[in-house]
Amino acid sequence: MKDAILYLEDGASFKGHALTVPGESAGEVVFNTAMSGYQEILTDPSYAGQIVVMTYPLIGNYGVNNEDVESNKIHVKGFVVKEFCRHHSNYRATQSLVDYLNENKILAIEGVDTRALTRHLRVKGVMRGIISTQDFDLKSLAEKMKKVPSMEGADLVKDVTTAQKYVWPRNGGPEPKFKVAAIDCGIKFNILRILTKMGCEVHVFPAKATVQEIMAVKPDGLFLSNGPGDPAAVTYVIETVKQFFGKMPIFGICLGHQILGLAFGGGTFKLKFGHHGANHPIKDLLNEKIGITSQNHGFCVSIKGLKPDEVEMIDINLNDQTLAGIRHKKFPIFSVQHHPEASPGPHDAQYLFKHFIDMMEKQQTAAS
Amino acid sequence: MPKRTDIKKILLLGSGPIIIGQACEFDYSGTQACKALREDGYEIVLANSNPATIMTDPEFADQTYIEPLTPEFIEMIIEKERPDAILSTLGGQTALNLAMKLYENGTLAKYKVKMLGADYNVIKKAEDRELFKKSMIKIGMDVPESAFAHTVEEARAAAEKIGFPVIIRPSFTLGGTGGGIANTMEELERTASLGIELSIINEVLVEKSIAGWKEYELEVMRDHKDNVVIVCSIENLDPMGIHTGDSITVAPQQTLTDKEYQNMRDAAIKIIREIGVETGGSNIQFAVEPKTGRMVVIEMNPRVSRSSALASKATGFPIAKFAAKLAVGYSLDEIQNDITKETPASFEPTIDYCVVKAPRFTFEKFPEAKDILGVQMKSVGETMAIGRTFKEALQKALRGLEIGHTGLDNKLDHHDIPDDRVRRKLEEPNASRIFYVKYALQKGWSIEKIYQLTNIDPWFLAHIEEIVKFEEQLMETFRRDRTIPDGMLRKAKEYGFSDAQLAAIMFIKETDVRKLRKEKGITACFKLVDTCAAEFEAYTPYFYSTYDQEDEAVLQIRKTAQKVKRPKKKIMILGGGPNRIGQGIEFDYCCVHASFALKESGYETIMVNSNPETVSTDYDISDRLYFEPLTFEDVMNIVDVEKPDGVIVQFGGQTPLNLARRLHEAGVPIVGTSVESIDLAEDREKFSEIIKGLGLAQPPNGSARSTEEAVAIAQRIGYPVLARPSYVLGGRAMRIIYDDKTLLSFIAEAKEVSEGHPVLIDKFIEDAMEIDVDAICDGQQTYVGGIMEHIENAGIHSGDSACVLPPTTVNESIINQIREDTGRLAKALEVVGLLNIQLALKGRKIYVLEVNPRASRTVPFVSKATGIPLAKIAAQVMIGNNLASFNLPEDFSAKLKHVSVKESVLPFSRFSGVDIVLGPEMKSTGEVMGIASTFGEAYAKSQMSANQALPRKGRIFLSVKDDDKRAIVFIAKRLRDMNFTLVSTRGTAKVLKSNGVEADAVDRYDQGRHHLLNLMTLMQKNEIALIVNTPSGESSQYDMRSIRAAAILHNIPCITTLQGAWAAVNGIEATKSKAFTIQSLQGYYSIQRGMLNAV
Repeated sequence: MKDAILYLEDGASFKGHALTVPGESAGEVVFNTAMSGYQEILTDPSYAGQIVVMTYPLIGNYGVNNEDVESNKIHVKGFVVKEFCRHHSNYRATQSLVDYLNENKILAIEGVDTRALTRHLRVKGVMRGIISTQDFDLKSLAEKMKKVPSMEGADLVKDVTTAQKYVWPRNGGPEPKFKVAAIDCGIKFNILRILTKMGCEVHVFPAKATVQEIMAVKPDGLFLSNGPGDPAAVTYVIETVKQFFGKMPIFGICLGHQILGLAFGGGTFKLKFGHHGANHPIKDLLNEKIGITSQNHGFCVSIKGLKPDEVEMIDINLNDQTLAGIRHKKFPIFSVQHHPEASPGPHDAQYLFKHFIDMMEKQQTAAS
Repeated sequence: MPKRTDIKKILLLGSGPIIIGQACEFDYSGTQACKALREDGYEIVLANSNPATIMTDPEFADQTYIEPLTPEFIEMIIEKERPDAILSTLGGQTALNLAMKLYENGTLAKYKVKMLGADYNVIKKAEDRELFKKSMIKIGMDVPESAFAHTVEEARAAAEKIGFPVIIRPSFTLGGTGGGIANTMEELERTASLGIELSIINEVLVEKSIAGWKEYELEVMRDHKDNVVIVCSIENLDPMGIHTGDSITVAPQQTLTDKEYQNMRDAAIKIIREIGVETGGSNIQFAVEPKTGRMVVIEMNPRVSRSSALASKATGFPIAKFAAKLAVGYSLDEIQNDITKETPASFEPTIDYCVVKAPRFTFEKFPEAKDILGVQMKSVGETMAIGRTFKEALQKALRGLEIGHTGLDNKLDHHDIPDDRVRRKLEEPNASRIFYVKYALQKGWSIEKIYQLTNIDPWFLAHIEEIVKFEEQLMETFRRDRTIPDGMLRKAKEYGFSDAQLAAIMFIKETDVRKLRKEKGITACFKLVDTCAAEFEAYTPYFYSTYDQEDEAVLQIRKTAQKVKRPKKKIMILGGGPNRIGQGIEFDYCCVHASFALKESGYETIMVNSNPETVSTDYDISDRLYFEPLTFEDVMNIVDVEKPDGVIVQFGGQTPLNLARRLHEAGVPIVGTSVESIDLAEDREKFSEIIKGLGLAQPPNGSARSTEEAVAIAQRIGYPVLARPSYVLGGRAMRIIYDDKTLLSFIAEAKEVSEGHPVLIDKFIEDAMEIDVDAICDGQQTYVGGIMEHIENAGIHSGDSACVLPPTTVNESIINQIREDTGRLAKALEVVGLLNIQLALKGRKIYVLEVNPRASRTVPFVSKATGIPLAKIAAQVMIGNNLASFNLPEDFSAKLKHVSVKESVLPFSRFSGVDIVLGPEMKSTGEVMGIASTFGEAYAKSQMSANQALPRKGRIFLSVKDDDKRAIVFIAKRLRDMNFTLVSTRGTAKVLKSNGVEADAVDRYDQGRHHLLNLMTLMQKNEIALIVNTPSGESSQYDMRSIRAAAILHNIPCITTLQGAWAAVNGIEATKSKAFTIQSLQGYYSIQRGMLNAV
């Protein structure tokens, strides 16, 4: 075990040790409060550019497997935990988490007082950090910090979007009834799994796909995916989306929701320490129901910027009263800040996919 | 929607006495409910027969009824109070069953009382095995395969279809009798045929056995808007087949992936909706097949449970409080999370630590019972530990159990234990299995092998192996270097090793380990339990210790200090740890009272305890709560951070008292009675001198350090003698001995129990009356809170004996003498705070048996009986107030207009083969109280509450020892006058007949003499209403054992002392002559006040 340090941009530092490859890695440090689902978190493209701190102290308990991935690779820049499990136990496990991280050359450290670190981030706000197993000199780390890019204004979508358009395999799912075009800003596989299972043929497009390219597959609906970075920097997707207003049902999740908010003329802002976890209560303002949701976002759509005659709020986060969902008053367009696809997290909001399907169904009926 | 306005008055049902499976967690839930509902302006009527509860304190409800929890009594309460609604989901199975009966007999409809939380049909659906199974299948849940069979043939067919192993459960037999596991067709035929025969409807359920599967529990809450949250997941270390109450459990779940966990969560939500629990908490159990992940539903409790209490303490989410709020119409989002103050209750707690709960057993109290665990719960208490890792939490839990282990330690040397013994101890679940897992690992057995033997998930075994391997490293390092490097020492602490464990490794004293690590800066730090893993600022002061970097207690203490101009003085209260026989809810009651009283007087209170069932570990009670084991090390760590102005050790029972001297020597300011005085009372020789000096009498006695000494003492003072090891609680290993032979074997046993301490031998005063006194002394003046007359003779542990306050047969001059003696004893011992005195009264002679300068088990009972809050006053006295300032009514308890009877509740039905005869070793788990204007009625009520209601008609069996034969004639006459039929053994029958009392002679068993009835058959046929059997001496004591055991099986009240029989006669007379009356505590007190004012 090698000594390691997590150095933060405000000068604070936390000691730990690395179980994985030595080296140095920098990114925005965020904490996640989910107690299970580390494999999904590691592979969620929305974490691109971020060092993830798990608040649950025992990580790796059930190993990793081939199914619970949200993309084809690990996206986090670093992984910080209290204790890695040396002997996992689960019938589906194929590998230990530490081996998995090593294989993917992810710098991961343990032995950190993750609660103190979380408290620090909560009080001071998210900030950039460097994990190192080589350099323990605070001055030198401070120098290096200057070169670490800020999350604000960063377009990270271009790094994680698919290079080429593809169709998600049906895998024995039902005969598709709808064609969905999904703009991949860092899409989680579980969204594709759910849509496919519900009878959609999902065409996944690179984020920079043009309206024409998308229209060419004649989609019944447009899906805007989750993804990393600052939504305001993804101007190209915002512009594309605008072209689809009124043409077909649109459903956005997380970054997709923020993009919609911006496309509606609203603004976004950065939250102090974001929402990353699997226990966030939201209230669906249409049916008054409360759902426990999975969340993972650092930016938020501002309620103020939206035109009340066009757009209305449909979901609110009960923890801090931030906006958690919107819909267009005229067009079949809606989006949520949380993650109805869960993975990890509760399935309470999965009914929203059904809403999307219903919208496409309604449109099909109207057209025929 | 806010709270309901159509209801104003709510009847809350408590859970009655503490029994195995139903402990003080329901005082915690009921107390929370009372507080929550009164906060919202509801009028609360409370019914509970257990006086040792906080909820039955008169200030917690508008009307408090300490009455039997029977449909008749509750109907009387309903008739008098006319509540709009009844809340039965917070009082355990007792309250739930009671509400069901009240529904079924039409009481609720008659008085238009609404059921809150869960209604009749919901409870029925959840509790009836068949209905529940059907509902589960309906919503697509997987359940263990099962089928009903009425013949062996049907059972065979069912087993063939289901596949072995199967469990056979006969329908409608008591406590699962006649059931069992069958692994082969042969076993099945045998078990099934027996089961079919035993079942009154000749039916057995053949169910797939899933023993060995992984076991999980989810705590679920739902509001009337159908919002559902999962408060906590729990994974059992011990697999299916061991009652979850007897299992070591961990929160949150550890070995399910998020996918599997979310499926379980979805299932739980579907289940609570299908069963239809409208509002409140439920507990749902699942089993998972380790190799395939197949998940089946086991059962659901449509109410708050022991696990809910655990989940509340484990997460900081107060389930019972919220359940009460939801029951009256609030929705989850309308309730604020007290801890964060910003966020609503409609969320799922996330935790950033690991919680381990370990059960506390008392097999040592029941030597005849086998230490084997199964589907019937046997533990009497539990401890919970919080750590940042499982390893740390497990070791903390094991030392928190207070069973002489300092963690996962080395009580035995694994070399000394034969392999086959280890194998057996692993295969057959038992109370010490976790330590055998360690021995097996030390022997080099593989995780796989241990898993095969135990079905304990490899995840747990691997963590235990890490502890074992690291300990080996520590030992090796020390052997080689004669020192342990700092890094390793720190890691040891992170792995949960106690100073005592390290001391054993390094061959130094525990205090030297402490000194050493403090020098090296390796000190405990405290983290907050905040429901949200630090995502939000938390305001609730609930801490646990760990070895990490940041100390949040220090930060919070500093912050609190900054806010006030003059910092408050701090008092730390040490709790009683896990419940056990002899130390339970009564002591928690006292600790909670101390906290209330000192808070009122402007002190900052700090509670330390490790028992998740209790009210004291509710973070609402004290200014700061430390959820920690009650060991010297753990307490000192808190002292280091808090620097309290005083520490109270006399309220939590023997646990904190045992720490008193060491804490005192470490410079901790102990308030109240000094450590010297505590020791003085324990030191037989010095104590005898004081007794002599005061001119009081004591039974002749001596303390023996050797066998020879013991025999010499016994011969000097004469048999029978009362012998016991010193420094034990609850009469552990105490015996009445009649001859040298028994004494010798006793001495041999006692050495094991209390190594290094002498054996105390007292002359046993036969046929004396025992008297208990609870009093408060401020160093000068003494206030006698209550004098209790025991119904059973001296020689039966005071905790097991029924008693009455005020005394009914002791004359005033003796009472006055006792009061005077109490004052003198208290002053001589320089008691500041509570003291309890046990006396024996023979004729007019008073013998002092014992003086305990601490809270006693009877403090809550006396407080309830008199309305004087003894523990609160004592706490204030301990911090320097004098008794005069309280203006207490002089000579009060003797002048009460009502009579209170305390009766104990015994766990014999849980331990098959154990004899029920009482002795000097305490065996009861709980107590009930009966209050009325006469002794007879109060006693009859107490018996009803203890689930041994006195009969009004029928056949009574009498069999007494020779000494009692004269006295039994009078009892028999009175019973005959009340139209009871009498049967007795031939000896007793002869005596009765010759005295003109008609009684049929019976054999005990069927001996083929058909002209004689036999008792066993009569009992089986339910034709015996009451048994009076006084066993004679030690040798023939076993004669009637099987009769008494059968009495338990058939739930026939069984009286084993003559005094008990007299009390029963009085009780029966009272119940026959007039109807029972009820009165609330508030009612009794106001009559009392009126009387006092008139004087």
